[in-house]
Amino acid sequence: MKKFLFIISKSASGVSVQEALDQIMIAAAFDQAVSLLFIDDGVFQIKKNQRPDALGLKATASIFEALEVYDVNAFYAETESLEQSGLTVQDLCLPVKLLARNQIAEFIKQHECILPG
Amino acid sequence: MKFTLQIDSSPTAGQSGYYAYRFACELIKAGHQVIRIFFYREGIYHGYRYSTPPDDELNFSRLWSALSQAHSIDLVICVSAAQRRGLLHPDEAQRQGKLDNDLAEGFRISGLGQMIEASLLADRLIVFP
Repeated sequence: MKKFLFIISKSASGVSVQEALDQIMIAAAFDQAVSLLFIDDGVFQIKKNQRPDALGLKATASIFEALEVYDVNAFYAETESLEQSGLTVQDLCLPVKLLARNQIAEFIKQHECILPG
Repeated sequence: MKFTLQIDSSPTAGQSGYYAYRFACELIKAGHQVIRIFFYREGIYHGYRYSTPPDDELNFSRLWSALSQAHSIDLVICVSAAQRRGLLHPDEAQRQGKLDNDLAEGFRISGLGQMIEASLLADRLIVFP
C-alpha cells in the first residue's frame, strides 16, 4: 500500500474536478491510503451552499462528501488559504483537519504519490 | 530506480510536455527503468496520430512513438480522458458507432487503474501538470 496525496489548489473549472475525482476513486478502489489537501482556491471546492449551475459547473461539495463511501476520509485544509478565502471550517462540507502553511511541506513529505487535484 | 510518469499537459499548452519527454529520455540514458508513461487530462493530445505541426516544430506523437519503439516504453492513454476529447481507438470508435483510428504508433488506450498499478510498482511517480 502506498500513501497518495491529492492536492486540490484550484476552484472548479471544466472537467478538472471530475478527472481528479476519478483518479481519487480509482486509488481508493485499489485500497491505497488516500488523503486530500485543499489549498489556495481549492478550498472553495468543499464550500457548503454552492450555486455553480449558472457557470455550467457541477456543485462539487456533494461529490467530495460521497468519497466517504470509498473510505476516503483523510481531508486536510490549509489554515491560511481558508482565512484568505473568507471561510471557516463551519463553511465546509467535510470534516477537515487544519494545517498551517509552515506544516505543509513536512506533510507532503509523508506521502509517496503526490498528484494534482 | 523505477519511475512512472503522468503527463497532464497538452503538447501545445506550454513546456511541460517537452520537459516530460526530455525527462523520460534522460531517465533511459541514465539506466533507470520507466515502468509506464500515463497520459491523462490534456496530456492525451500527445497521442494523436494525425497531429501535423509545421516541419520546424516538434511533433510529439512521433517523438513518443520513436522513443517507445527504441526502448519498449509503455505509453498509456487514459480511455475516459481520451473519449472526452475525441481521441478514439478503432475498438472504441466501433463501440460508439464511429469510424476512427486516432491513436499514434506505440500508444495504447487503457484505464486509470493502469496508472495506479504503475505507481505502486515504481519507486517514484513524477507528474507533469
